[in-house]
Amino acid sequence: MTDEYEHYEAVVVGAGPGGAAAAATLAQNDVETLVLERGVEAGSKNVSGGLIYAEESAPYTIDGLFPDFREEASERPVTEYYLHNVAGEQVKPFDLTRLHEHDTAWCDAVLRRKMDAWLSDRVHEVTREAGGGVLEGVRANGLLRQDGEIVGVTCDEIDPITADVIIAADGVNSELARDAGLMDWAEPEEWFQGVKAVVDMPGDVIADRFDIDEDEGVAHLFSGDLFEGVRGGGFLYTNQDTLSIGTVFHLDSLVEEQAEPHELLDALLTHPILDQWFQGEYDELEYAAKLVPDSKKVAHPDPYRDRLLLVGDAAGQMQAQGPIIKGMNHAVSAGGLAAEAYVDASLRGDPSRAGQRYAAKLRNEGVMGKLRPRRYRVVRTLGEHRPVTRVIDGVLTSRIGKALVGNRAMERVIGRAYNSPYLASVAPDTRTPYVTLPAVLGEVLGEPVEIEAEHDPIEPPSLADRIGDLTYDTDIGNPHISLIDNSIEASGNAVTACPVSAEDFGAGCYREETVKTNGDEERLVSLDTQPCIECGTCAIVASTRWEHPRGGKGVEFKQG
Amino acid sequence: MIPTNPRIDWSRPDADVDTLIIPDGNVPHRHEKDWQMAWGDVMHSVVITKGVPDFSEGQVSFDEDGHLERGKTPTVMNPNDEFAAQAALQTKVRHGGRVSAMSMGPPGYQSVLQQAMEIYADELYLLSDREMAAADTWATAITLATGIKKLGAEVEAPDLVFAGFKTADGETGHTGPQTSLCLDWPLLTHVIALDVEEDAGRVRAKRLVEGDVEEVETVSVPLPAFIVLDPEFAPSYRIASHRLRLKDLREETTARAAEFEDHLTVWDHEDLNLDPDYIGLDGSPTIVESVDPIPKPPAERDATMVDPNDPDEMAAVLEECLAFVEG
Ligand SMILES: Cc1cc2nc3c(=O)[nH]c(=O)nc-3n(C[C@H](O)[C@H](O)[C@H](O)COP(=O)(O)OP(=O)(O)OC[C@H]3O[C@@H](n4cnc5c(N)ncnc54)[C@H](O)[C@@H]3O)c2cc1C
Ligand code: SF4
Repeated sequence: MTDEYEHYEAVVVGAGPGGAAAAATLAQNDVETLVLERGVEAGSKNVSGGLIYAEESAPYTIDGLFPDFREEASERPVTEYYLHNVAGEQVKPFDLTRLHEHDTAWCDAVLRRKMDAWLSDRVHEVTREAGGGVLEGVRANGLLRQDGEIVGVTCDEIDPITADVIIAADGVNSELARDAGLMDWAEPEEWFQGVKAVVDMPGDVIADRFDIDEDEGVAHLFSGDLFEGVRGGGFLYTNQDTLSIGTVFHLDSLVEEQAEPHELLDALLTHPILDQWFQGEYDELEYAAKLVPDSKKVAHPDPYRDRLLLVGDAAGQMQAQGPIIKGMNHAVSAGGLAAEAYVDASLRGDPSRAGQRYAAKLRNEGVMGKLRPRRYRVVRTLGEHRPVTRVIDGVLTSRIGKALVGNRAMERVIGRAYNSPYLASVAPDTRTPYVTLPAVLGEVLGEPVEIEAEHDPIEPPSLADRIGDLTYDTDIGNPHISLIDNSIEASGNAVTACPVSAEDFGAGCYREETVKTNGDEERLVSLDTQPCIECGTCAIVASTRWEHPRGGKGVEFKQG
Repeated sequence: MIPTNPRIDWSRPDADVDTLIIPDGNVPHRHEKDWQMAWGDVMHSVVITKGVPDFSEGQVSFDEDGHLERGKTPTVMNPNDEFAAQAALQTKVRHGGRVSAMSMGPPGYQSVLQQAMEIYADELYLLSDREMAAADTWATAITLATGIKKLGAEVEAPDLVFAGFKTADGETGHTGPQTSLCLDWPLLTHVIALDVEEDAGRVRAKRLVEGDVEEVETVSVPLPAFIVLDPEFAPSYRIASHRLRLKDLREETTARAAEFEDHLTVWDHEDLNLDPDYIGLDGSPTIVESVDPIPKPPAERDATMVDPNDPDEMAAVLEECLAFVEG
C-alpha cells in the first residue's frame, strides 16, 4: 500500500534550530535526509526573543554543528545581563550576568529569519550531498500509517513520503505530535505566550545609548507591577541594527486577567525606563508572537512513537529558567541526539529502536534533567498552592516584609538568590517571583527613573497598523482555523488573548458579536483568520479546529 | 529516451482523432536541401519566445510609417512566454534532457533570452540579422521553424516546442501555430497541464476547449509536438525528488543567466540557409498599415472557430494558409 510512495531514509519536518541540528547530523552520517519546511523560506514563520545559548554541558551546540554560525547568522554576543524590578516609576536593577554566564560557553542575540535561512542553506548543502535536501513551502499535514504503525508523513503540496525515521522538529503546536497522540493542546498553564517587537536603531546609536562596543551586547529583563499583575516579564536585547523587545507571560495568567497582549507590550515600551534608550524615537519594524511550551510541565519524557521522534518545542523542550529562556539551545541538543540515536540504532541493525535510544540519550546527557528538574516537582506541590502564595505575598507586602527586603544585607542575599541557577530553575509559577517580589524590591530599593529629556514619550503603533505592516499570502477560501464552539464560554478568551485581536477592535481575528435570533439577542464569537500570525494561542484557549496554513501561505515574518 | 521520428506518419492508425490534422507544411529554402533531424536520445524542449515592448513603462513609440520603434522602447520577454519556459522546466525536472530557448529578433533580444534563462534554459539561440527585420508572423514562423530544424540537425532532435499564448504587442496568436505548421508537427493550444509519456513517445495534455476555462479536455499526441500554453497553465511538482531537482535547476539557471552570453548562439539567414525573399519584411504577407499608438492594442479581428471535422471549413483554412506558404 505504501510501497508506491517515495522513500527517504530520514524525513525531518521543520527547519528551525532543532530540525537543522537533526538534519545536519544525519547527513554528516550519510543518511539520506529530506527536510520539509512550511515557510517560503526557513525562518519566515519563526519568532524568538531571542538569545541562543551554547551551554558548556550541552551535547550539541549550534556553532559545533555549523562552525561559522556566530560570524554569519547571529547579531551580538550578550556581554551584560540585568534584571529590573519595577514598581510604578521606581526601578531597582540587579546585575544577573553571573546567572547568565553559568554553564554558558557563549550567548548571542539572533533574529530568526536571518538565522534560520542561513542554517537552512547550510543544511541543504549537506543533505543534498547525502541524497536529500531542504524543501521550502511544503507543509506536513499528518502521519502516514500502515497497519496502525507510523511509516511516513502526508503533505499538502506533495505526495506522501515514507521514511525509516521521521523527526518532527515542527515547533510549538506540532501537528505531528498531536497526530501521534504524544502532546495535547489542552491546558493554558502549560504554555507561555511570547510577544515581540523588532525596533529599528542604527548600530552606532545602539553603541552610544547602551554604552557598548560594536562586538558587545546587552540584555535587560523587566518584572514587577507594569503588567497588570499578569505573571511574566519583559525583555530587551540588542541586535546589530535593531532591538528585540518583548514580553513572555504565562498563558493561564493572561487568560485569567483578560489582559490584551499588545497592551502589555505597550506598557513596557512606554515605560520611562525604556525612554533612556529610545529618547523619543521609535520605529517598529515588526510585531510578532508565538506560544512557548513550559518544559517543567510538558517536556515529554519519552518523546517518540514508532519511527517518529519529537525534537525541540514539538516535544515541549523549552526551559524557562527564571528570566532566562532556553528553547533554541535545547532544540539543537535534542536534534543532534535524535539523529545520533537513529544512526546508532541502524548501525546495530535495529533502526526501530531509535526512539528508545533517543529518550535514553536525553536523560543521560542531562537534557531532560534541565527541562524537567526533579526538585521543581517538590516545590510545585508546596509552592503553587494559592493559600501559600497568599501568605507569602501578604508577608512580603507587609511593613515587616518590606523592611526585611529593604535591609542592606537582604539586598545582597536577594542579588545572590537571583543569580542562583538552582533557585531560578525551581521558582514557583506564582505571582510571588514574577510580580510581588519584584514590585516590592522596586518600591523599597528602587530609585525613580531619571526622565532626562524634553521629548514626548513614544507612541507604539496601533494594532491595526501593526497588522498592516505585516506580509501575508492569504490562502483565500481555505482558513486554517475554524471555531468548533463559538459560544463566549468556550471561545471568548481568544478575543483578548489573541495577540492580533482585542475587545472593540473590528479588524482582528476574534470578535464578539451580537446575533439576533427570534427576537433573542445572543453574544457569540466570530473568527477571521486573515490577520492571524499563527501564534497558536487560540488552539489552547478556544474551541477550534486548528492547523497551520498550507506551505508558503499565511504570515511571513521578515525579522523573527 | 526513445527515439522520436520528426516526420509524423499521419496515416498511422493510432494518430489521435481529436488532434487537429494539418497536412505537410512547405518551408521554402534557398536550396533544395532540407535539414535532416538527428535522432535524439534525451528529451529536448525548445521554448520559443519573443520580445515585446515593455508596456508597463508606458514609453512605447512608433516611427513615421507606423512601425513600432523597438529601439526606443524597452524590450521584455512576452509575459505569456513565461508559461512556455515553465512547461519546459517541468519537462526537464521530470524527464531530464535539455531546454533550449530560441527567439528571432534584433540583437537586443539577447536580454529576452536571458529572461527566459532566468526561468530555465540550458542554451540560448537568437536568430538575428537585418534580413529578418520587420517580419510578420509568417516570416517569423518560417524562420523559427528553420532554426528548430537546424537545432535538431546539429544539436539534438527536439521532442517538444513550447510557445506562450499570444504576444502582448501583435496579439495575433499566430506565430506558434504557424511555426508548428511549418514543422508539420501536431499542435496543442490552450494547454493548462501536460505530462510526457516517455515509453509511449507521446504527450498527454489538458487543454481548454475553445479557450474556455469551464471546458477542459485531455488529448494525447505523439512526439514531437508543438504546445501553446494557456496563461492558466501551472506547473505541478507533487514528488519530493522532483522539487529537489527543481531547486537545483533553478539555482543552476540563475547562475547561468548571469553569464548568459557564454550560452548564446546567434544564427543569421545564411546560417539558416534561408532565402531573404521569404523572410523579414519581404517575406511578410501581412501588411500592417499602422498601429494605433496606444499601449493596449485592440483586437483587430475576432478568432473564427473552425470545426476540424468539417471538410469544407478546413479546406478554406488550408487554402488561406497555402497562399502564404507559396508566397
Ligand atoms: C517571544 C519569544 C521569545 C523567546 N526567547 C527565547 C530565547 O531568548 N532563547 C531561546 O533559546 N528560546 C527562546 N524562545 C523559544 C524558542 O524560539 C523556541 O524554543 C525554539 O524556536 C524551538 O526550536 P524548534 O526547532 O523546536 O522549533 P521552531 O524554531 O519553532 O521551528 C519549527 C519549524 O517547523 C516549521 N513547521 C512547523 N510545522 C510544520 C509542518 N507541519 N510542516 C513543515 N514545517 C513545519 C516551522 O515553519 C519552523 O520553521 C522564545 C520564543 C518566543 C515566542
Ligand atoms: S487567530 Fe489564533 S493562532 Fe492566529 S494570531 Fe490569533 S490566537 Fe494566534
